[in-house]
Amino acid sequence: MLLIPCPWCGPRDEAEFHYGGQAHVPYPQDPASLSDKEWARYLFFRDNPKGPFAERWSHAAGCRRWFNAVRDTSTNEILTVYRPGEDRPSSEDLSLTATSQQRPATSQPLPATSQPRPGSPARPAFEDEARPGPTGVQGAEPPGGAEGAAPLEDGTGRGGGGDHPFRHPTRGRIDRTAPLKFTFDGTEYQGYRGDTLASALLANGVIQTGTSIKLGRPRGIFSAGVEEPNAVIQIEEPFPEPMLPATTVELYDGLVASSLPGQGRLATEPDPARYDAVHAHCDLLVVGAGPAGLAAAAAAARSGARVILADDQPEPGGSLLGTGELLDWVAETGRELAAAPEVRVLHRTTVFGHYDDNHLLAVERRTNHLGAQAPAHVSRERVWRIRARHVVLATGAHERSLAFADNDRPGVMLAASARSYVNRHGVLPGRHAVVFTTNDSAYAAALDLAAAGVEVAAIVDTRPEPGPWADRARDAGIEVLTGHAVTGTEGGERLTAVSVAPYGEATARREFAVDLLLVSGGWNPVAHLFSQAGGKLRYDDTLGSFVPDTCRQAVEVAGGANGVLDLAGALAEGAAAGARAIEAVGYTCEVPRLPDVAAVPQAPPMQVFLVPGAAGAPRFVDLQRDVTVDDLARATGAGLRSVEHTKRYTTAGTANDQGKTSGLLSSGIVAELLGVDISALGTTTFRPPYTPVSFAALAGRHRGALLDPIRVTALHEWHVEHGALFENVGQWKRPWYYPRDGEDMEAAVLRECRAAREGVAFMDASTLGKIDVQGPDAGVFLDRLYTNMMSTLKVGMIRYGVMCRADGMVFDDGTVIRLAPDRFLVTTTTGNAATVLDWMEEWLQTEWPELRVHCTSVTEQWATVALVGPRSREVLAGLAPTLAVDNDSFPFMAWRDTTVAGIDARICRISFSGELAYEINVSPWEALALWEALYEAGRPYGITPYGTETMHVLRAEKGYPIVGQDTDGTVTPQDLGMSWVVSKKKPDFVGKRSFARADTVRPDRKHLVGLLPEDPGTFLPEGTHLVADSELPAPPVPMLGHVTSSYRSAALGRTFALALIKGGRDRIGERLYAPVGDRLVPVTVASPVLYDPEGARRDG
Amino acid sequence: MADAVRPVPRRSPLAHAADRLAAVSRDTGGALHLAELPFLAQIGVRLDPKGAAADAVGLVLGLQLPVEPHTVVRAGNLTALWLGPDEWLVLGPPGSRQDLESRIREAAGDAFVSVTDVSAQRTTLLVGGPRARDLLAHGCALDLHPRAFSTGRCAQTTLARAQVVLVAPEEPGAGFQVLVRSSFAGYLTDWLLDAATEWRA
Repeated sequence: MLLIPCPWCGPRDEAEFHYGGQAHVPYPQDPASLSDKEWARYLFFRDNPKGPFAERWSHAAGCRRWFNAVRDTSTNEILTVYRPGEDRPSSEDLSLTATSQQRPATSQPLPATSQPRPGSPARPAFEDEARPGPTGVQGAEPPGGAEGAAPLEDGTGRGGGGDHPFRHPTRGRIDRTAPLKFTFDGTEYQGYRGDTLASALLANGVIQTGTSIKLGRPRGIFSAGVEEPNAVIQIEEPFPEPMLPATTVELYDGLVASSLPGQGRLATEPDPARYDAVHAHCDLLVVGAGPAGLAAAAAAARSGARVILADDQPEPGGSLLGTGELLDWVAETGRELAAAPEVRVLHRTTVFGHYDDNHLLAVERRTNHLGAQAPAHVSRERVWRIRARHVVLATGAHERSLAFADNDRPGVMLAASARSYVNRHGVLPGRHAVVFTTNDSAYAAALDLAAAGVEVAAIVDTRPEPGPWADRARDAGIEVLTGHAVTGTEGGERLTAVSVAPYGEATARREFAVDLLLVSGGWNPVAHLFSQAGGKLRYDDTLGSFVPDTCRQAVEVAGGANGVLDLAGALAEGAAAGARAIEAVGYTCEVPRLPDVAAVPQAPPMQVFLVPGAAGAPRFVDLQRDVTVDDLARATGAGLRSVEHTKRYTTAGTANDQGKTSGLLSSGIVAELLGVDISALGTTTFRPPYTPVSFAALAGRHRGALLDPIRVTALHEWHVEHGALFENVGQWKRPWYYPRDGEDMEAAVLRECRAAREGVAFMDASTLGKIDVQGPDAGVFLDRLYTNMMSTLKVGMIRYGVMCRADGMVFDDGTVIRLAPDRFLVTTTTGNAATVLDWMEEWLQTEWPELRVHCTSVTEQWATVALVGPRSREVLAGLAPTLAVDNDSFPFMAWRDTTVAGIDARICRISFSGELAYEINVSPWEALALWEALYEAGRPYGITPYGTETMHVLRAEKGYPIVGQDTDGTVTPQDLGMSWVVSKKKPDFVGKRSFARADTVRPDRKHLVGLLPEDPGTFLPEGTHLVADSELPAPPVPMLGHVTSSYRSAALGRTFALALIKGGRDRIGERLYAPVGDRLVPVTVASPVLYDPEGARRDG
Repeated sequence: MADAVRPVPRRSPLAHAADRLAAVSRDTGGALHLAELPFLAQIGVRLDPKGAAADAVGLVLGLQLPVEPHTVVRAGNLTALWLGPDEWLVLGPPGSRQDLESRIREAAGDAFVSVTDVSAQRTTLLVGGPRARDLLAHGCALDLHPRAFSTGRCAQTTLARAQVVLVAPEEPGAGFQVLVRSSFAGYLTDWLLDAATEWRA
């Protein structure tokens, strides 16, 4: 959300502002002297530049001041703001204030890798781990001639842990004292607290979690995190939730889940959980609590700066949880951060959107992991709306796969993910593994797996000379096949064999009987948020991936997210980024204690996307969408040249994993297919959300009764108690009608109408907008806004008025009462109160600052009761003994201050029904007392409360239009038959010039008229069209207009309607036809005033 | 004080919610206190802060109308809130509205000054307790950290989906005052009570 700097209030969320269009388009000095063309240019034409644009804004939810802003329409940046009347800053001034310089993703680029320190241990935290003896020597050649160990089915593999055949006896951060029961696809299993659903399934030997969406191929757990494309499951209990990656579901007792064929099922019952949102502000937001993020937060923690550290895992550590390194430092830093007073650490919180002005949205999963034990009063998920002065993105990197033949079988897994299962969850993802890599990182995974008891048959490295890591692997007894690649796999529900050949060859030379194939095709920095923030990416040749480059927001990227994949580099970069961020906002940084990390010698990765393999075997690119290399080849063959196009053609990257593992692979393959450099091709656009967010979380508290404000009057409880049904008018609840026992709406409304026409009735009219207009120029001001004259109104009197927009179309109507020579009280329609006040302020503040006028909303300062009917005078007289109520003393369109039932009241003699009527205004604090006094005093006369439906019938019988119902922004006062309300004397008012436009004087404009169906019982639905002929001609049928209001009238004893009809006033008496259902209903055009056309009833 | 002794029963916009508001303090173990402060006198004042009328009005109120945005000036039982560069809301105790309005109007004399009784336009919710800031942060996008919004500050903004005038605690430990249009008060109360659920023991 954009921050807009109000010249008075400072930066506020854009939601507090209203847009007012192009600035510096002054109202013409003399509209009458303009041609139609010139006037139309003023009305309808505005500039639409790309780049800086001066426009009007109003701080509507704040100080209500209008101001001007120069906004860059291409970036949405507000370049400057200035007050009305001030000159527009020159473009030179703007270029000085512009903030759009691109900032590098790190202010001080660090070397991609730190200096190697020969001889240092590769896995410092695991030195004490006993290395198992050489593996791969388990006896005879397995059937089929494959090398290596026996397939899984025969194995008695090591590392079994209790009931979990694939659990290591000691490894992992799981709580073995907290066993948890869960059910997957109908089978009950056991896991431990600390497991994910995926790790618990693997521990139980389950790797297949579903079948693919299009091809129905078996698919298994592929990763250990949010990037998971395959293991997307359905939670059945405690509450149904579809399409969750099993790798991100924390295990809880009683979890019931099932596999999916690529698509989930929505719950059919309402979600009983609570969801909410909170706003948060900080000097520094760090996203990700891996090594770089923890270092950044630690650098800022003791400075006094307000820091938020958000991380999607239940505990800090990030990639270190998977590698098992530096966990003491992680724990210590976690404790420090938790203790720092201005630091907030949000666990289980995924930052999913990075918007303008460092506004970031995150979702915190607060009770999901508790399953049925989740407390009902705590929200299940919470959306954090974070406004940060600086952001450090330490979001890490995702490993990517390679496009080799049959690369989708259950048992094919990203190398670092397998390592994470071993180290974090104490789970062996298989017994016998081959590792296929293009880079060093998979060697550490191979060594950790071997150490945990997985037999690693071979490391297949595409690089001819892999460097020092290969020597380590060989030292550990693992065969390294350099310059080789995987050419195919075998297996059904689980991988059984992997075939290998020298890289470039498609025919297998060797075959390994294994149940696990670890793959590493390189690393993709998680640049999603950076990209969403407006950051640009550049291609890093060494890394073979896109990395953050520059961004105009105050954002830095550190660690893996910035392409820094070595631990020492990530720590240093994170600490430096955190320090820079808080120093930029004025805090002094204390250098954090960073652990001493031995740098490890590295050999450069090899850039590989496509791997040759057996003919006809699919090479999958996007596992979740079943998109293969052949699909991409069809796309490029069809002439598509952009990854945005191949994405839409093949759907690669469009599944709910949003292509986290497949995006760059797709780009790389398309580049190869097209014969272009991947750096020129780029990536597809990253859009929020980073991971799927439930609609329930986004809705938060705003659902059900709290969806939108419900506005009520001071009399609301009385209406409820007396059985009123309510109508929504804007945000207001207005009594619609008050049915008695056994009455339907029609009967109730006819009864209420009859009471108003024949006896006395009353309604709550408090919702009408009321604006107090004060100042010496108040009369002049109202003369300019209303079509008729207001300055001539006498104190004590009331006038009805109509407001138009500059285009001459009716915008609002209401009464104006003159309280004093310099004070008026203006009423507006219920739904337009705020709009009219904004309209007044806009003209006052931007066009007519010389007028000495102030406008104040007093809508709720007064409660208003309309007392209507021939007996209303008697009821009022009984309660207002000091008021002379006779027609001469208190004439129509006058107002009087008096007391009614002992309550200070202002009574207006106005009528929206044609009957004798009074509007009694009192303090809302005393409204109930007034209402009850009227009810009591009116009892002898059968006083009847009535609602909006009756009000509508009564006014329609008199032909009084309702703005917004009988008008739609294309209707002039003249169209409504209200030329009398348009002043001929005033030199100008808003809308006057438009009444002389050729378009507004057309004779065939639509006029408001009455309609009488020839059958007095036939009801015309509102919106019904009107045609001239009794038989429908062939389409297109010429339409003459439509019904705007339609009712049954007690007074007329028949149905009637109001309609806007072309040239309607010239058609009075004509028969037209209204298509209703299959019928053409004959109707007669009539005057809109159908009841008491002489106006004899208003004086009683 | 005339209106304080009237026989006519008065009813505040949140009278019907008084019990539910009072229960919050108990239900949350004192983490939150919610209450309506009904019938406060509220007078809208518009004038040129550089003109003589500003001083005259300040004199009669015994305080200087604040000219710094989002600030509050208090004197005796009166509080003046900055609402805009030429707009203030003067708060006084229940029963003082007529007196307050006429005193300001008289002090303004013939100057171009608007004085409007808006006492019933808004009602006032007190949001107090150690969790008050956290509760308000559920629906208010402003930074309410004591560094940014402490004693002496006020702001017009949005809380949940209602426009409010938010007044920082008069002293540390006191509650926030939330002035809300009377027609929205029931909605906002329901919303705050729902948000307070989290701290119910």
